[in-house]
Amino acid sequence: MNLNFDYTLFIPEFMLAGLAAIVVALDLFAPQVRKSWLSYVAAAGLAVTAVVSLSWVNKDSTFARIYAVDNYTTYFRVLFMGTAAVICLASARLVEDKLRHPGEYYGLIILSTVGAIGMAAARELMTAYLSLELLSFSLYILVSFAKFDSRSNEAGLKYLLLGAFSSAMFLYGLSLIYGVTGSTYYSGISAALSAGTHGFSFALLMALVLILAGLGFKVAAVPFHMWTPDAYEGAPIAITAYLSTTSKAAGFALLLRLFGGAFQVVHNDWSWIIAGLAAASMLLGNLVALQQHNIKRLMAYSSIGQIGYLLMGVAGLSHNTASALVLHLTGYMVTNLALFVVIIAWYNLTGKEEITDFRGMRERAPLLAGALAGALFSLAGLPLFAGFVTKFILFQAATEQGYYWLAGIGVVTSVISLYYYLMVMKEAFVTAPAEGETHRLRVPYVMQGLTVALMLGVFYVGLYPQQLFSAIDNATRFLFV
Amino acid sequence: MHSGYWLIATVGIPLVAAAALVLVPDERRDVVRWFSAIVAAALFALSMYIFFAYEIDRGGGYQFFIRWDWLQNVGFLRAHGISLAFGVDGIAAPMVLLTGIVSFGGALISWKIEHHNKDFFILFWVLVAGVYGTFGSLDLFFFFFFYEVAVLPMYLLIAVWGSSSTFPTFTRTKEYSAMKLTIMLVSASILIFLGIFAVFHEAGKGTFDLQTLYAYHFNENFQRAVFPLFLVGCGVLAGLWPFHTWSPDGHVSAPTAVSMLHAGVLMKLGAFGIIRLGIQLLPAGATFWMPGLMVLATVNVVYGAFSATAQRDFKYMIGYSSVSHMGLVLMGLATMNVIGVDGAVLQMFSHGVMTALFFAMVGSVYDQAHTRDMTLFSGLVQKMPFFVFFFGLAGLASVGLPALSGFVAEFNVFVGTFKTYPWAAALGIFAAMLTAVYILRMWSMSFFGAFNDRWSGLKEMTYLERGTASLLAAFILFMGLWPAPFVDRISETVRHLPGVS
Repeated sequence: MNLNFDYTLFIPEFMLAGLAAIVVALDLFAPQVRKSWLSYVAAAGLAVTAVVSLSWVNKDSTFARIYAVDNYTTYFRVLFMGTAAVICLASARLVEDKLRHPGEYYGLIILSTVGAIGMAAARELMTAYLSLELLSFSLYILVSFAKFDSRSNEAGLKYLLLGAFSSAMFLYGLSLIYGVTGSTYYSGISAALSAGTHGFSFALLMALVLILAGLGFKVAAVPFHMWTPDAYEGAPIAITAYLSTTSKAAGFALLLRLFGGAFQVVHNDWSWIIAGLAAASMLLGNLVALQQHNIKRLMAYSSIGQIGYLLMGVAGLSHNTASALVLHLTGYMVTNLALFVVIIAWYNLTGKEEITDFRGMRERAPLLAGALAGALFSLAGLPLFAGFVTKFILFQAATEQGYYWLAGIGVVTSVISLYYYLMVMKEAFVTAPAEGETHRLRVPYVMQGLTVALMLGVFYVGLYPQQLFSAIDNATRFLFV
Repeated sequence: MHSGYWLIATVGIPLVAAAALVLVPDERRDVVRWFSAIVAAALFALSMYIFFAYEIDRGGGYQFFIRWDWLQNVGFLRAHGISLAFGVDGIAAPMVLLTGIVSFGGALISWKIEHHNKDFFILFWVLVAGVYGTFGSLDLFFFFFFYEVAVLPMYLLIAVWGSSSTFPTFTRTKEYSAMKLTIMLVSASILIFLGIFAVFHEAGKGTFDLQTLYAYHFNENFQRAVFPLFLVGCGVLAGLWPFHTWSPDGHVSAPTAVSMLHAGVLMKLGAFGIIRLGIQLLPAGATFWMPGLMVLATVNVVYGAFSATAQRDFKYMIGYSSVSHMGLVLMGLATMNVIGVDGAVLQMFSHGVMTALFFAMVGSVYDQAHTRDMTLFSGLVQKMPFFVFFFGLAGLASVGLPALSGFVAEFNVFVGTFKTYPWAAALGIFAAMLTAVYILRMWSMSFFGAFNDRWSGLKEMTYLERGTASLLAAFILFMGLWPAPFVDRISETVRHLPGVS
C-alpha cells in the first residue's frame, strides 16, 4: 500500500514546537528581557502559525492514513492557536506577579496546543491517544504551576491521579476496539464494524463505555466531573480559562472525529449513553452552580452544564448536528475567553475571586463590567450575543434528530443558568463598592484590547454567523468519510 | 409599495443609538439626554409614518416588506432558512405607532435620571429595539430573537434604577422584583422555544420564514398539542392569570420609564405573540383552546379589578388594573370573531397609551414625595391641577368613558364576547364597573378633599412631564374621537386571520 509521507503537512505543528523551544530558550538565555515580552512572543508566534495553517484550506490530505489535514483540522488549528494566543496575552501580568519560570509556562501552553490539534487531526487510535496525553501532561504541570500555593498543588495532584486513571480506561477501551475490529485506523474500524455479521457484542459495548468514560473525564461530563471544581479553583486563573476552553474543545474534536469516522455505523449502541451523559451534565452542572460563591467554581459548574449542551449534539451525531455543535463550541470558547479575561483583569487589580468581590465593578472598571454582562448574557443564551444563536441552532439540530427531551432539558437548564449569571451581574452593577474602594482602576491596555476584541467576536457570532457557520459546515463534512 | 427600509430602521436606529452611547463618556449626561431625545423623536416620527402610510385598501396583507437573508443553505437550513424578514399588517401597524409614542414619552420622562444615565439609555434603547423587532418580524427565529432582546435589559433596568418599597406587612426589594420578572418571563419563553422547535421540525421546510410556515397546513392534533405552548408562553408576558404575578411587583419596583414601556408595550408583545404564533400559525389549535383562554381571561379581568380596589399604592393599583385590562385583550382574542379580535387589538393600543400616562403621572409625584401611598395624599388638585387633570384623564379612559380610547376598545371586546360567551361578557362588564370603583376611590382619597399640609412642598409637574402627558393624552383623545384610522387598519387584517369568523 502506498502511504503518503508528506512531512510538510506538519509544518504548523513543527513551527509550534520550535516556538515553544524559542520561548523557553529566551527565558533561559536572556534573563534581562522583561517577562511579559515572552507572552507577546508566544502570542505573535501562535498568530503567525495560525495564518500559515490557513494555507491548507480545502486541501484534503492525510499523513500515512493517521493524521488528516483537512478543513476540520485547519478549523481547529486556527481555533486552538487563537485560544492559546489569547491565554498567553491574558497571562502576562499574572505570570509576572504570581508565578515563576515564565518560559516553561508559555512553552507548555504552546505544546499543549500541539496535542489539542493532534486530537482533532488523528484518524488512528494511537495517534489520538498520544495527542491526548501530550495535552494532558502539559495541563497537569500547568494546573500545579503556582508552586507555593497549596491549592494549586492539590489541584494538580487530583487532576493527575484522576487523569491517569481515565487515560488507563481510555487505553483499555482502545485495546478492546482493536481486539474486536482488528484495526486501529478509524476507517478500518468503521469498515470492520459495518461488515461485522455479529449482533450484539459485549466487548464492543465495553470498549465504547470505557472510551466514553475516558473522554468524559477529559471534557468533564457528569459523572466524571469530580475533579473539575477543585482543579479550576486551584489552578492559576489563566489556566482555568485554558482548561475550560481548549482542553474541552479538543476532547470534542477527538470525540467527533472518532465517533463520526469509526463508530457512526454502530450509532445505536452508544447514542443512548451520550444522551444520558448530556442530560446528567446539563442538570447537575447548572443546579450545583446555583450554590457556588467562588467565581472559578461557578465557572467550573457552568462549564459542566455547557458540556451537557455539546454532548446533546454528539448523541444525535450527523453532519448537521456536528456543525451545530462546533458552532456552539466556537461561540462558547469566545464567550468564555472574554469572561475569563475580565476575571483575570479584575483579579490582577484586586487580588480577589469571590463573586461578592465583584461588587462595584461598574464604578471601578466600567469596560470590564460591560464585557462581564455581555459574556454572562451570552452564556445564558440571550440574543444579540453568541449564545442565543448557537444554542438555538444546536437545540434545533438535536430536535431534528428526535431528541426533543434533551432540547427540553437544555432550554430549562439555560433558564436556571440565567439565575446564577444574574447574581454575578447583580454584584457588579447593583451593589455599591465597599468603603474606600471607590476609585477607578486602571486596566492595562493589553487587557482592554483583548476584552474589546473578544466582545466583538461574541457579537460577530451572535449577529452575523453566516460565514462562520458555512466554514464549520464545510469542515465537519470531513468527519464522516 | 413602501420601502421596507423604514421598518428595518425602527430596529436599526435604537440599536445603533445604544452602540453609540457606549462611546459617550460617563459624565456627559446632557449629551446622553439630548441624543436620546433626538433618537426618540426620530423613532416617533418614523412610527407615525409607518402607521399612516399603511394602505388600508390593500387587503390587510403585509406592507413595508423586506427580507435580508441571514443564515441559509447551511446545516439543517435551506433557502431563506433564517432571514431578517420584516413587514407590518394592520395589527402590527398600530403597535409600531404605540411603541413610538410610549418610547418617546419614556425617553423624555427619563430626562431627570442622574445615576449613570448613559447605561440606562443603552439598556432602554436595546429594549425599544427588541419591541420594534418583535412587532415587525416575519421570521420565527427573529420574532423570538427580538422577543428575548426586549426581556434582556429588564433585570438591570429594574435592579439598578428601580426602587425598593416597604409596606406595612412586607417589603418589596427591587432586586427581588427584577429577578422574579426576569425568571418568570424567560421561563415562559421555554414554552415558546419548544413550540418553535416542534413547528420547524413538523413542517420540515428547512426555514423559519413565517409566511412559508403559515402556508403549511399542520396536522390538527399537532396544532392542538402545540398551541398551548405558544398560548401560555406568550400569555405570561401578557399577564395571563395565574402567571401575572411578576407584573404588579415589577411595576412597583421599576423606574417610571420602564414601567411605562413595560405595561405600555412589553405586555402587548405577549398578546401579539398569541396572534402571530398562536392564531396565525395554528388556527385549528386556537379554535380548540380558545374556550379555555376565555375562562382564564375572565378570571384575569375580574380578579385584577378586585385586587386593584384593595390597593393603597398607586403603582400596585395600576399594576392590577393592567392585569384586568390585559384580561380584556385576551378576552377579545378568545372570541375568535372579527369584532372581538378587533377590540382586543384596539384595547392593546388604548391600554398601552393610557397605562403609560398613568405611570408617568405616578412617577412625577413619587419623585417629589417618595411615597406612593394614596391614603397619605389628599386634595392634590389644589397644588397640582395639571397632574390631577392628566391622571384623571387616564382614569376615565380606563373606566371606558365615551370619547376616550378605552370606550372604543372595550365596546368592541364586549360586543364580540356577547356574541360568543354572554356569561363572560357579563362578568367583564361587572369588572368595568369595579374599575370605576377603584379609580373614583383613588380620586376621592388623593385628589380631592381637604389639602394635607404635609405636602405643601409639592410642585406642579415640570414642563417636560406636561409635554409627555399631553402627547399620551392626545392619542387617548384621538382614538376616542376618531377611531376610524385604527379600526380600518385592524379590521381589514383581522378579517383575513385564519380561524376568525
